[in-house]
Amino acid sequence: MTLSTEQVAHVAMLARLGLSDEEMERYREQLDAILAHVDRLQQVDTSQVAETAQIGGLVNAWREDVTGECLPKEAALRNAPRRVGDHFEVGAIQE
Amino acid sequence: MSELTTAGLSVTAMAGLLRSGQASPQDLAAASRGELDRIEGLHAVLRRTGELAERQAARAARLLAETPEAAGPLCGIPFAHKDVICLEGVGTSAGSKILESFVPPYTATALQRLLDAGAVPLAVTNCDEFAMGSSNENSAYGPVGNPWDPDRVPGGSSGGSATVVAAGAVPFALGSDTGGSIRQPASFCGVAGFKPTYGRVSRYGLIAFASSLDQIGPFARTVEDAAGVYSAIAGHDPHDSTSSPAAVEPVAAELRRGVQGMRLGIPREYMGEGLEPGVRQAVEAAFAQLEKLGATLVEVSLPTTDAALSTYYIIAPAECSANLARMDGVRFGLHVDRASLTDTYLQSRDQGFGPEVKRRIMLGTYALSSGYYDAYYRKAQKVRTLIAAEFDSAFETVDALVCPTSPVVAFEKGAKSDPLSMYLCDVLTIPVNLAGLPGISVPCGVSAGLPVGLQVIGPRFQDGRVLRVAHAYEQATDWHSRLPGPVPGVTA
Repeated sequence: MTLSTEQVAHVAMLARLGLSDEEMERYREQLDAILAHVDRLQQVDTSQVAETAQIGGLVNAWREDVTGECLPKEAALRNAPRRVGDHFEVGAIQE
Repeated sequence: MSELTTAGLSVTAMAGLLRSGQASPQDLAAASRGELDRIEGLHAVLRRTGELAERQAARAARLLAETPEAAGPLCGIPFAHKDVICLEGVGTSAGSKILESFVPPYTATALQRLLDAGAVPLAVTNCDEFAMGSSNENSAYGPVGNPWDPDRVPGGSSGGSATVVAAGAVPFALGSDTGGSIRQPASFCGVAGFKPTYGRVSRYGLIAFASSLDQIGPFARTVEDAAGVYSAIAGHDPHDSTSSPAAVEPVAAELRRGVQGMRLGIPREYMGEGLEPGVRQAVEAAFAQLEKLGATLVEVSLPTTDAALSTYYIIAPAECSANLARMDGVRFGLHVDRASLTDTYLQSRDQGFGPEVKRRIMLGTYALSSGYYDAYYRKAQKVRTLIAAEFDSAFETVDALVCPTSPVVAFEKGAKSDPLSMYLCDVLTIPVNLAGLPGISVPCGVSAGLPVGLQVIGPRFQDGRVLRVAHAYEQATDWHSRLPGPVPGVTA
C-alpha cells in the first residue's frame, strides 16, 4: 500500500491543514509506514462481530427537554479572536 | 510555619497535619509551592493558578475551622492538574500553541468536584500536545525531565502530573488516559496512576482527544490516596452523556480486604519478547509477592492483543480528527487572518498544531474518508469488540489481571524519533482503554535505577477491586515510599 502525493494532499484538504510540500512528503512516508503496520487488522476474522462505539454499555442518555443553565453570552465570546458585538466574526464564505 | 517541609507527604499525612493543627491549608500551599520551585528545572509545570489557590486555601481553612466534621479528606490538600482539564479563569492550552491564549469559561466537572471538596489547585502541568504522546516530548512548550534522571522522559502524555507527584512536590495530581497516558508515566516515574472504568469520571471540561477512550484519573503517592481522589471525582454527570448513571461503589472498605483467595491472571501475550529483562524481573517478583499474600496466579490468554495497537491507531486518530475540527480559529484559539475563510482554517491549523497532532489528524481523516471507512474505521471497531470480549471471558476465570505497565523503563529524551516506535510504548496499556476497563500502575521495583510499574486490570466498574489488589501489593512493599534525590542543575 503506497499513498500518492495527491491522496495526501486530498486528506490534508479534508482536514483543513495547510501543509507545506515538505510536510506533505514527510506525512506521506510516515502514514505509509503506519498503515502498513495497521494492516494487521485485516488478518482478524470479524465476520461474526458487531462494531463497538460505546464500551460502557450505554445506549441512549435521555433528559427532559427543558431549558437549563447555560454559558453566559459574554463568557462564550471571551476567547473569540474576532468579534462584532455579540457575535463571532467569520470571514466571508461567498463573494 | 516556615520550617514546614511537605516533600513526599501523602494526602493522608497532610490531612493529619491539618487536623492536628500543625499546618493550615495556606501553609501546605506555600510549602508545596516551594517544592514546585525546587523542581522548576524539570519543566513539569506550565503555569500556576495565582490567587485562585489563595482563595481556595482560605476557603478550606474556614471549612476546617467551622465545620471540621463536614470537611472531607481532600479539604486543604494542594494538587496539580494536567493542561487538558479546564479550570475557569486559568489558562488551559492542551500543551498546544493553538490554545496558547485560551482561558476556559467553565470548569471541568472532575476539577469542580475537587474544588467542592476543598482541595487547593496549585499548578497546571505540562503534557504532550492534546495528550498525544508517550514521552511528553510532543508538548509545544518543551519536554519534561524525569525526576529520577532529567535526561530521560517522564512518559506521557500526562508526564508533568506524574513528575510533580513523583518528585514529592504535591501529594496528588489529575491526568487523563486515552491509551495509557496516566499509567505509563506513573510507571516511568514510580508513582501510583489510576485510570478508572470508562464513563466513571465525567469528561465534561476535558479537552477531547478520543472521546470513546478518554478518561480522567489521579496520580498519587499511595493507592489509598488515589482511591480517595477517585471517590471524590467519580459519578454521573448530566453534562457528560457518556458518564455512567450507575452508583459509585464505596472503595475505602474494599481497599483493605487483601488478596487472600483471589485469582489473578497473567496474560501470556503481555510477557512476550519485547519486555526489558529488568522489567520482567521486577514484575515477576511482584507476582511472587502477590502469591505470598495469598493470591493464586494463573496464566491466561488474550489472543487478539497483537492487533490492539493497530485498532487503537485507527480509532483514536479518527476520533481526534473529528474532535480537533473545532480548532478553527473562529470561536477560540490561534487565528491566522487570511482573505478567505478556507485559507484562515488552513493556516490557523497549520501554524497552531504540532507535528504529532497533524500526523494523527491526517491518519484519522484518511481512515474516515470515503472508500476507506469500512476497511479501517469499521474494521477497527469490530476488532475492538473482540478485544473487549477476550477480557470479559478472562474475567470469568480470574478476578483481575496483573502484568507490566510498560515493556520498558524511562528512555532518554530523543531516543524514539520514529512515530511507530513511540506508539509501541503503549502496547500494554492500550487494550485496557479499548475495553473500557479500570487499570492502575503501582511501583514494583527498579531496573538500572529507574522505576518499573506493575499494572492491575479489572472488569468494568470493578474499580474497587483493582485498587484493592494494588493496595495489598503496595502495603507489602516499600517501592512507593522512595523519593528521587535533588534535581541536578537546580539549586534548592
